[in-house]
Amino acid sequence: MRIVIAKPGLDGHDRGAKVVARALRDAGHEVIYTGLRRTPEQIVRTVLDEDADMVGLSSLSGAHAFLFPRICQLLIEAGCNDVTVFGGGIIPLAERPILFESGMRAIFGPGTKMHEMSDFVDAVVERVSTNQPVGVGEGGDWVWSSGA
Amino acid sequence: MKVEIGSGLAGRERLPTTLFEQAISGNRRSLAKLLTAVENGEVSHDSLGISPREVDGSVIGVTGAPGVGKSCLIDRLLSTWTSNGLKIAVIAVDPSSPLTGGALLGDRVRMESADNNPNVFVRSFATRNQPGGMPNAVVLAADVMRHCDYDVVLIETVGAGQSEIRVVSVADRIVLVEAPLRGDEVQAEKAGVIELADMIVVNKSDLEGSDRAAANIISALEVASNPPPVLLASAKTSEGIEELADQLRTLPAKPGAELARARERLLTAWDSALLSRKDINEVLDSLTSSDNSAQEWVEKNLRW
Repeated sequence: MRIVIAKPGLDGHDRGAKVVARALRDAGHEVIYTGLRRTPEQIVRTVLDEDADMVGLSSLSGAHAFLFPRICQLLIEAGCNDVTVFGGGIIPLAERPILFESGMRAIFGPGTKMHEMSDFVDAVVERVSTNQPVGVGEGGDWVWSSGA
Repeated sequence: MKVEIGSGLAGRERLPTTLFEQAISGNRRSLAKLLTAVENGEVSHDSLGISPREVDGSVIGVTGAPGVGKSCLIDRLLSTWTSNGLKIAVIAVDPSSPLTGGALLGDRVRMESADNNPNVFVRSFATRNQPGGMPNAVVLAADVMRHCDYDVVLIETVGAGQSEIRVVSVADRIVLVEAPLRGDEVQAEKAGVIELADMIVVNKSDLEGSDRAAANIISALEVASNPPPVLLASAKTSEGIEELADQLRTLPAKPGAELARARERLLTAWDSALLSRKDINEVLDSLTSSDNSAQEWVEKNLRW
């Protein structure tokens, strides 16, 4: 899978994003890392040009409730309905439903085990191969129930 | 569950020829999807109905050791060229893990224009260690980009070792990026890609020692016939970037390097053919599980 790992907004904490990028690389995926402080538009452009299958968003600044849905919306507008969006960082449980509603399929909090990330990617591959909705604009109510 | 790299979940629904038409008319998403098909080896010049491009200096390979500033220099070139009305595409190559097949592609991080300039298209390629498809995919990807009205295609390599020279050997021109403080003057005397380069850029000209590094390279190349131009530039301060951008547009191929280039291209094609053998996995297994050396296998199986 080609997976973009992105850091939207004014957030300088990239340890988590880098560890996730590394873990997905070790699970055999091609990971494109965007670097820090990208706008939603820049992230969508990267997903588009790199023809990524998935995009992982990392935010620890508290701006996820604005940035994540905005990226989902722009992806759909750009015709990337089939791209799977997931996220991670400091994201309170109470704020997750609204992110899922915007089209995200998984949110991983602190303490998530490495293998859970690649289990999630495998689950996405499985669903795609059986034609079940998993993209940001494909609807359906499937979301990954994460351990943290 | 083993996930196939390049299984290309997205885009499986459209024909490459349709994508190509849409890409030519300026659709970025179609170009992106077509490049995925190119990377996966699903299309060829024939299936797209195009012939291999004439060498005209518009496809430029940028190589050099890690950390000399290839990506940053490319970013400055992108700004300069696009402000002159050109459209530029970049193929940024990073290595795949030989163990897992995974890759971390990070060249975009240093290319600001990659994400917001409409006249720039940056695509990351992983080397993928397998069926040797890499050089072929790069050649076809560059040709496709040229067909889609990109005036220049830059190919950026990982930058360590002989194999990266090979990938760059598919480009029309080769630019070697150097930097100061990378060793004594003997480094510049060493043979290698320096002899194949059509131009040498000493980056980080804002740092002390850059003049001397350039002087060392110039004096090392002086004794050879037809030395390539050596330019000082700084991606940090933009010093020398205008001149670099100008010269690259009309850079002549280095005379006398034809044989060496042809050899690199032959080796590229040879690697590719060898690694595309249907029995390549059995061959590799037999080499790891028996006492046969690779040398013996070659002598027994590849005689002609």
